Amino acid sequence: MNDILVWFQNPGLTHVLLISAALFMLGTYAILTRRNAIMVLMGIELVLNAAGLNFVAFGRYAVGTFDGQVITLFIIVLAAAEAAIALAIVLNIYQNFHTVNVDEINRLKD
Amino acid sequence: MNPETLLSLSLATLLLPLASFVILIFFSRRFPRQGDWLGTAIAFTALATALAIAITKLTAFHDEVIQANLPWVDFGNVPGVGPLTIQLGIMVDNLSAIMLVVVMIVSSLVHLFSIGYMQGDVRYGRYFAYLGIFTFSMLGIVLTNNFFMMYVSWELVGLSSYLLIGHWFEKRSASDAAKKAFIVNRVGDVGMFIGILILYATYHTFTFDPIFAAIRAGQIPMGSEAWLTAAGILVFCGAVGKSAQFPLHVWLPDAMEGPTPVSALIHAATMVAAGVYLVTRTFAMLTADALMFIAYIGAATAFIAATIAIAQNDIKKVLAYSTVSQLGYMVMGLGVGAYTAGFFHLSTHAMFKAGLFLGSGSVIHAMHHALHHAHDHHTDPQDIRNMGGLRTKMPVTFWTFLIYTLAISGIPLTSGFLSKDEILAGTLAFGDLTGHAIIPIVAFFVAGLTAFYMFRLVILTFFGKPADEHRLAAIHESPKVMTVPLIVFAALSVFAVWTGSFNPFSAEGWFTEAMPRPETVVPASAAAATNEVWAETSHHVHGPAMVLSLIMASTGIVLAFVVFYWKRINADAVVARLKPLHTFLVNKWYFDELYDATVINGTLAVTRAYRWFDETVVDGIVNGVARWTMGVTLGKNDAWEGGTFGSIAYLLVTGLVSVYAGWVLASSLAPADPTFGQLLWYGLLGLGTAGLSFFMFYVGVGGFDNTIVDGLVNLVATFAGFTGIVTRRIQTGKVQTYLAFVLLGVMVFFLWFN
Amino acid sequence: MDLYTISFYMFAVLLLGSAIVVVFSRNIVRAAFALMITLLSIAAFYVLMMADFVGIVQLLLYVGGILVLILFGVMLTNRQISVDIREGAIQTIPAVIVTSTIGGILAGAIWSTAWPMREAARSVAATAPVIGEMFLTTYLLPFEVASVLLLVALVGAALIARRERKS
Repeated sequence: MNDILVWFQNPGLTHVLLISAALFMLGTYAILTRRNAIMVLMGIELVLNAAGLNFVAFGRYAVGTFDGQVITLFIIVLAAAEAAIALAIVLNIYQNFHTVNVDEINRLKD
Repeated sequence: MNPETLLSLSLATLLLPLASFVILIFFSRRFPRQGDWLGTAIAFTALATALAIAITKLTAFHDEVIQANLPWVDFGNVPGVGPLTIQLGIMVDNLSAIMLVVVMIVSSLVHLFSIGYMQGDVRYGRYFAYLGIFTFSMLGIVLTNNFFMMYVSWELVGLSSYLLIGHWFEKRSASDAAKKAFIVNRVGDVGMFIGILILYATYHTFTFDPIFAAIRAGQIPMGSEAWLTAAGILVFCGAVGKSAQFPLHVWLPDAMEGPTPVSALIHAATMVAAGVYLVTRTFAMLTADALMFIAYIGAATAFIAATIAIAQNDIKKVLAYSTVSQLGYMVMGLGVGAYTAGFFHLSTHAMFKAGLFLGSGSVIHAMHHALHHAHDHHTDPQDIRNMGGLRTKMPVTFWTFLIYTLAISGIPLTSGFLSKDEILAGTLAFGDLTGHAIIPIVAFFVAGLTAFYMFRLVILTFFGKPADEHRLAAIHESPKVMTVPLIVFAALSVFAVWTGSFNPFSAEGWFTEAMPRPETVVPASAAAATNEVWAETSHHVHGPAMVLSLIMASTGIVLAFVVFYWKRINADAVVARLKPLHTFLVNKWYFDELYDATVINGTLAVTRAYRWFDETVVDGIVNGVARWTMGVTLGKNDAWEGGTFGSIAYLLVTGLVSVYAGWVLASSLAPADPTFGQLLWYGLLGLGTAGLSFFMFYVGVGGFDNTIVDGLVNLVATFAGFTGIVTRRIQTGKVQTYLAFVLLGVMVFFLWFN
Repeated sequence: MDLYTISFYMFAVLLLGSAIVVVFSRNIVRAAFALMITLLSIAAFYVLMMADFVGIVQLLLYVGGILVLILFGVMLTNRQISVDIREGAIQTIPAVIVTSTIGGILAGAIWSTAWPMREAARSVAATAPVIGEMFLTTYLLPFEVASVLLLVALVGAALIARRERKS
């Protein structure tokens, strides 16, 4: 019992990893279930943020260098590019299909 | 010029057509004339550098191999594999230098010809861009020194071929032909891929030289010569696809849906020769068995295609099958061990076959315009039965076409005579050395067939009376931009160009000196004839081969004139006599139908077989066993209620057995002197066992079959059905569903490797 | 329970709570605003882990840039049919299975691995100079590539989103 209390009182690497794992799960769930393409995009952002959190946490607690932070910055840059492109695609889809629901855009199925 | 300059020049030659592609694909609309002049100028520049490279290589560095490597990816020391790097590199040896010139000559002249032929096309600029990327990828195959780049360029060539065949994709047949070419090629490429992987797994490098060196040092895949043979044959599979060898030759005739200059460039002279080039490149590592396989594939291709070509009426189809047949010739030549002859025939054939196609393009162009002029949109401008008498109207096209035809038939004074003769001598030597006499027989027979069907084509197209006088009146010779390439190709079909001497009966010259047969690197026990033995034997048979080939060719030509010019033999009567054979040939040996029947219906047949197996065998066994059990124990199903002797005896026996089983179980488990509680406990256990056992027996016969066996069978069936529903449901077309499966797959991998 | 621990848990709750709202909210505008809180808490986590520069970049780029972009997306694609602004979920059961399996694997891996731990540095130095130096030395090539990527993405996005020319 005391061990658990000590564990809770000293937030460290494992805590951050667990939080980011939960964030990753939530993001995946959003990607898999949401019908609106923009909601899917938000799920992707959550997943990317979970990854960035992991990098910084490893850099802080396990490795002790700044490489993790640099990688996280790259992730943020990539996320920006990705969001721009994805939203452009969503707008284009909206113009063509008049919907952004990913389950209705299945023309390739036929 | 030093070797470094040579390498940078060849790199420039490689990248120039790529530049042409990049510029034209993006900006062709901005240029005047959609940039055709730019693409053509770049092609001719590349031709100039290629010529410079080849001349330098063949004079200053005749016996050297100049190459450079660039470590592209370095994975470091991979656990379980060892050091892992992927090297890119280019190589200039005599083979690649000559091939470079061959490719660039055809490519640049086809660029020039296309300016006239494709005039006013909807996608004129894009067409020239595609020619650029094709030339780039073809040069990639030629210049590389490793399997990795070879494979990449191989696929790029396939892609550009796809794009160019489908250039007029509005036409259903063109887009179908493009898809067919791509998919059929893929079949061969899978084999090539596996072959390359076998080599890579053994030698950890893609580069040719280290692989050959390792084989020479005695290191072979899995330590077995059979694996080396398999690797050779699998790599050759790529050549089977690209060079349209039997059984994957079906795509090439369909590929004639593309524009005619494209047929000349890709599907006659260069890309289809890539397979032959690949065999030439890997010649040293091929074992005797692999070479034998290659020789037989080549012979079969040459024979099948030549027979089909006789019965075709579309001018391009005849030429297409003639190409397939000649490619079979080259492959057969390499397979029998005539290395120099095989590559020689590749080079000479590239010239006159490109010429033949461009000549046919010129004819089709003229026919098309004449028909257009007459407002006739029903007559097929490619059908030779609608032509005839074009000789006077298109003199340049006719004379050049005649020279090409003489060359492909193997008549002296032409380049085709020299190379074909060498191959035929090679087959004779092969028959001598190995006793496989069928190869030379097929080779000589096909030589006669080739002369026959090619002169049939010439006579029906250019001689005789035209099918329609008015149409002939409207036919004009093609513009200069189209006739100049024809004249150049005709000049290149003369023997002296290829030997540098004025003896029309000897192939000895700069070409044969530049391409000596390489010493094989495979272990002596698996190798084909050594160079000494080979040179001895082929020298021996050279005289008879020349005489025989001349006899065969002239027989074919004379027969063609007798049948189609002087009409001493009525062709229609012969056809009527040989109706089934003719139908068989017109339908191209039914290869397409065969593949439809096997590939598409094969899947259905397997399904039906499974169903039959389930319904007849599985159910039959189960029901049969059940009936048999019942028959033994009860006699009949009704007997159960009827209280016949059998059932009473059964109940009695099973009851006794059950009681005994309960007693044995209880008494064996119970301790030596039990307390009352224990006694009660074990007694109940024994009784329970006996009851259960009896119940099992009782239910058993009637119920076992109905419940358990049928249940199991139905469970299997339900499971199969369920799987079917699930697999169908998986195909929702929703990205997210697929994503879910991807994630599941990743997790499975994670757990697998954990 | 020092201040660090308290703020850690506070932001953890804020982070996960808002993320849950993002994922499960049926109202897309509400989800977008919840996403803002999520991203802010992530920035807070970065600061807690002594990555102040990354935290600020997160604040500027994510909250200031990407989120605004997403909001624009929401506005632009829902302006005609406001009913559609509420969005349902599909294939929830498979998704729950997949997600919980992932979570289980991740949690198991996190728990069972003996992470190499470093003594946490107490001194708080400015991270921006160090990161800037790394960008221009060790990570020079990725840095340049990323800039090209951004340019290409911007041009590409403009090209894709542009309305089709009427021909």
